[in-house]
Amino acid sequence: MSAAHEFEVSRRGVLVVGASAAAAAAAAPAAAQGQGAEPPVIAKVSLEVNGKRRALELDTRTTLLDALREHLHLTGSKKGCDHGQCGACTVIVDGRRINACLTLAVMHEGAKVTTIEGLGQPGALHPMQAAFVKHDGFQCGYCTPGQICSAVAVLNEIKAGVPSHVSGDITAAPQVSVDELRERMSGNICRCGAYSNIVEAITEVAGRTA
Amino acid sequence: MKFDTPATTNPIDKLKVVGQPTDRIEGPLKVSGTAAYAYERHDVEPKAAYGYVVGAEIAKGRVGSMDLSRAKSAPGVITIVTAQNAGPLGKGNYNTAKLLGGPQIDHYHQALALVVAETFEQARAAAHLVEITYVGEAGEFDLAKAKDGSKPKPINGSPPDSKVGDFASAFAAAPVQVDATYTTPDHAHAMMEPHATIAAWRGDELVLWTSNQMIDWSRGDLAKTLGIPKEKVRLNSQFVGGGFGGKLFIRADAVLAALGARAARRPVKVALQRPLMINNTTHRPATIQRVRLGAARDGTLTAIAHESWSGDLPGGKPDSAVHQTRMLYAAANRMTATRLAVLDLPESNAMRAPGEATGHMALEVAMDELAEKLGMDPVELRIRNDTQVVPDGASEQGSAPKRPFSQRQLVECLRTGADRFGWSARNPRPGQTRDGQWLVGMGMAAAYRGAPTTKSAARVRLDTTGVVIVETDMTDIGTGSYTIIGQTAAEMMGVPLASVRVRLGDSLFPVSAGSGGQWGAASSTAGVFAACVKLREAVAQKLGFDPEKTTFADGQVRSGNRSAPLAQAARAGELVAEDQIEFGDLSKTYQHSTFGAHYVEVGVDPFTAEVRIRRMLAVCAAGRILNPKAARSQVIGAMTMGAGSALMEDLIVDKRVGFFINHDLASYEVPVHADIPHQEVIFLDETDPTTSPMKAKGVGELGICGVSAAVANAIYNASGVRVRDYPITLDKLLASMPLRA
Amino acid sequence: MRAFSYERARTPQDASIAVARTPEAKFIAGGTNLLDLMKLEIERPRHLIDVNGLGFDKIETTQDGGLRIGALVRNTDLAAHERVRRDYGVLSRALVSGASGQLRNKATTAGNLLQRTRCPYFYDPAQPCNKREPGSGCGALQGINRQHAVIGASQACIATHPSDMAVAMRVLDATVETLAPDGKTRSIPIADFHRLPGDTPHLETNLAHGELITAVTLPRPIGGAQIYRKVRDRASYAFALVSVAAIVQPDGSGRVAFGGVAHKPWRVEAAEPAMSRGAKAVSERAFTGAKATEQNAFKLPLAERTLAAVLAEARA
Repeated sequence: MSAAHEFEVSRRGVLVVGASAAAAAAAAPAAAQGQGAEPPVIAKVSLEVNGKRRALELDTRTTLLDALREHLHLTGSKKGCDHGQCGACTVIVDGRRINACLTLAVMHEGAKVTTIEGLGQPGALHPMQAAFVKHDGFQCGYCTPGQICSAVAVLNEIKAGVPSHVSGDITAAPQVSVDELRERMSGNICRCGAYSNIVEAITEVAGRTA
Repeated sequence: MKFDTPATTNPIDKLKVVGQPTDRIEGPLKVSGTAAYAYERHDVEPKAAYGYVVGAEIAKGRVGSMDLSRAKSAPGVITIVTAQNAGPLGKGNYNTAKLLGGPQIDHYHQALALVVAETFEQARAAAHLVEITYVGEAGEFDLAKAKDGSKPKPINGSPPDSKVGDFASAFAAAPVQVDATYTTPDHAHAMMEPHATIAAWRGDELVLWTSNQMIDWSRGDLAKTLGIPKEKVRLNSQFVGGGFGGKLFIRADAVLAALGARAARRPVKVALQRPLMINNTTHRPATIQRVRLGAARDGTLTAIAHESWSGDLPGGKPDSAVHQTRMLYAAANRMTATRLAVLDLPESNAMRAPGEATGHMALEVAMDELAEKLGMDPVELRIRNDTQVVPDGASEQGSAPKRPFSQRQLVECLRTGADRFGWSARNPRPGQTRDGQWLVGMGMAAAYRGAPTTKSAARVRLDTTGVVIVETDMTDIGTGSYTIIGQTAAEMMGVPLASVRVRLGDSLFPVSAGSGGQWGAASSTAGVFAACVKLREAVAQKLGFDPEKTTFADGQVRSGNRSAPLAQAARAGELVAEDQIEFGDLSKTYQHSTFGAHYVEVGVDPFTAEVRIRRMLAVCAAGRILNPKAARSQVIGAMTMGAGSALMEDLIVDKRVGFFINHDLASYEVPVHADIPHQEVIFLDETDPTTSPMKAKGVGELGICGVSAAVANAIYNASGVRVRDYPITLDKLLASMPLRA
Repeated sequence: MRAFSYERARTPQDASIAVARTPEAKFIAGGTNLLDLMKLEIERPRHLIDVNGLGFDKIETTQDGGLRIGALVRNTDLAAHERVRRDYGVLSRALVSGASGQLRNKATTAGNLLQRTRCPYFYDPAQPCNKREPGSGCGALQGINRQHAVIGASQACIATHPSDMAVAMRVLDATVETLAPDGKTRSIPIADFHRLPGDTPHLETNLAHGELITAVTLPRPIGGAQIYRKVRDRASYAFALVSVAAIVQPDGSGRVAFGGVAHKPWRVEAAEPAMSRGAKAVSERAFTGAKATEQNAFKLPLAERTLAAVLAEARA
């Protein structure tokens, strides 16, 4: 280990000045190309969240997830990664589950959004919520709202005939099976590892609603 | 309460509430999105400003220059915290690298600045306008290279090396030998809730709503870092979205939120950005492990050696991968060695079952290799070498070598598991079993993890309506603390669980064991037990009963032929009792440990070498199981994490730059639903009166020990390919699996 | 993420012109890839034109019995469409093997074609990447490249294209329909749509700035066993190490395209006459000139073996 290997890099990792500079070629860092900080653009958007009309004025950059969590204080939808890689932010928009972190709030004018809070509350839990409690389909609870929103939507997707990667005959109507549930739920990561219990919870609800 | 003699019969033994598979008491809050985690405390700080962390973009060196002008003038920016303007900062006892870097940079993505703005969007945009130049230095990022310069380092307070008998001679003389080297990569905790904090100053007092496993450690470390008295810091972690050891300590979010709030003169909230987290926070270190086993032809081990190398930043700690090898199998001649290399990667630190998780990945595969060489069943090999005394006594704080295990049901775990899993159907010849297309194999491993206990306090209140309220700074990181603490109080006070409220995770409450090292369940409930004993005395006294002869059941307090409703004792005013459990020398007299056996069946695709786990079973002997439902979840979760270590988890080091390149949840792959089959867990009946009045141990870490090895052994049995370099991805199998037409 | 102005396009022509007018404008449809990259400032638009309202969300039968898929048809809907499942099974299979249910509900047909690479050096703005910052170098070439291209790469870039859908589109001989700012439409065969990296890895497709994808058309169905096999490190929700999209006819002839191996879906038509002779014969020709690194060399045998699995499945 020697300090002779000194080099300089800019914040963008491209500007190289130092003595024994590494291989990267010199280029102006993007951040230094004179774009300062543009003022935020504010836009109006109106959403129907859990049956209630909510009018918001938002920075256009606001994701649906941050609109829910930071503006409407509906923090049941979780921010696990903010990049569509974990599923903790799953909500149901116009009947479909999506990652709320990867969509802009302003793109959902008039949309009907169902969050975990809208599915049910303590004392009046949605059957899927109750089944998660019964089967201990969670531990730390952070991925749980996303898992439950996803699970509710998954059963509807199967009913609607949407195929999955594990559907045997892609032309046939998919059935509820543990393999189907596992594949379809795979966009919801649970690091506590409650998967086995989650599948049992969903299976029970599927049986009940079948 | 001092616990220094084995427990006799006590109110917990009624098992009316304790030991029942009760649903989690906080479950309805979690499934309805109403459990508020650190970043979500709009209820306490609705007007917090937003912080966004700027991380170092080199692995080692220093900041050449930092230009904040454009960021500062960006819309909405309130302040920017850097090492230059933060004032003098200390470093916490539990941190190796500084949480705010600069000018010196210790690792990639070490925090260099916090940009605080009115909105999250503004803070994030302005953070990209901070311009930093770096003066880089060469660093060491390659464990295999740095290994040669590594030094002995103690593990868990034990000496780095242990020796019994004469390993070298015995190994040389052994008719059957295994000498193999295994490597495990760096692992990320990847808990679902990022490290997050809201900080607010109330005068000279600092309040943090944060996500933390160890409230009192972190309270102290935060005070030390900021140079303020510990009494001036309050921490609250009422819900913690997973930790696995990654939240044992304060991290940059806590320190930077506190500094940001001071500079902004208003509350500030910070969540570490996921793409920053992996290099910014801690990880389980990679290991290189050499295991040598020598055995007689009947399978009796005569020589065991386990050497482990890992790396960390200067001042850091080694992985204690050799630990279970000092405990699991008898053999007259043995040695272990632990070496630590200096690496300039991000900080290595504890992750679920630190040491044993990696150690079993080597030892328990070596045992499988030995069984094959012996032509012996791997289960029988392990049974043959069972011991009821610590075989490597020299390693345990100088106590006598013949120290007994208080309970050791390893053989029962192995036999029960073999029976329930259908192990006898396994073909010991690898690569022979097909199910349709799939090559199918079974593997198993033994599991060992210590059962430490540590001081833990609680306060219990009986309010005027007869509700029992428990307060302790214990955390529930998904482990079930809320529920088992509630069950303990309900059992002790003779009330239904519904009459108990549990308040956790606040430094206003008595200091508990906290969540770590598998000590939380046994210790924290024992602390609640102690406080309840005091409350029972207070109740008896209030009712004029003889405390010695008073019983608590069904909401009634009885003494002789007198009885009164429990609530009556508090009618004139709330009764409060506080106590702590302190553990005496029983853990020196006895070795407290948990044992288990893992059985796994896998399929390997003969074309692509993709591996799919088909079945998993764990059998655990871990003292009294306080809540079989929550305990089972702990174990299946650990099995899932172990499956990840076996098959996919791998923080990949770019050894030129010195960082983990796969620093998000798309590229650091952890198991998803489709990777995990139905999992079975069996708890053996066990109570251990020497561990605590609860007679309990822990299971959360036992569950991960050995799983990965069982998967690896199953892959070998299915495919005939032995991979000693984790994770066992298909590229490592493919070359040795000729395509059979 | 830089501040940006946002408008909902009223007509396709307006949208195209609006983007063409400013070099820093972008279309947004599903947004699942664009917003991900905007958060990291890898994409830095100052103006977004939301094209979701343009009505390109229909799937129609073409005159020759093929299928015209609107650019905005969501991955879920495309995979679930009755005709796609019946006549273009490889496409349905490819779609459902990609991403997650949530992402497929948002992601669009056009957006899927325009997905950017998952190379970790591209994703880390502190690292050199010629695709992100032309001229800054390639971090992967001498770095970590297990996931990277084994064929068609250059000294400037060895990234792969991450799409599954595009691989199926390639084997189906799809055509990309576009509208240019000047009102002209054109049809780009999928083979000519994506580019190899060469010296300009930042140019990933042959679309002009402001050119809007309106639809993807599929020729009449050709029957056969249609199989998409994706191989990855975990069982779901992961990008391909290697994937194979194949259409195998009863007589053993057929077509095949590979994913996860190149900067674009990889199909060598000249290799396809060898289909009836088996995976080895096809792979040898399809990967002529391949150049693997030590870390990704396994992709070549893996591609061949995955194709062997596919052919075995087709026979069964």
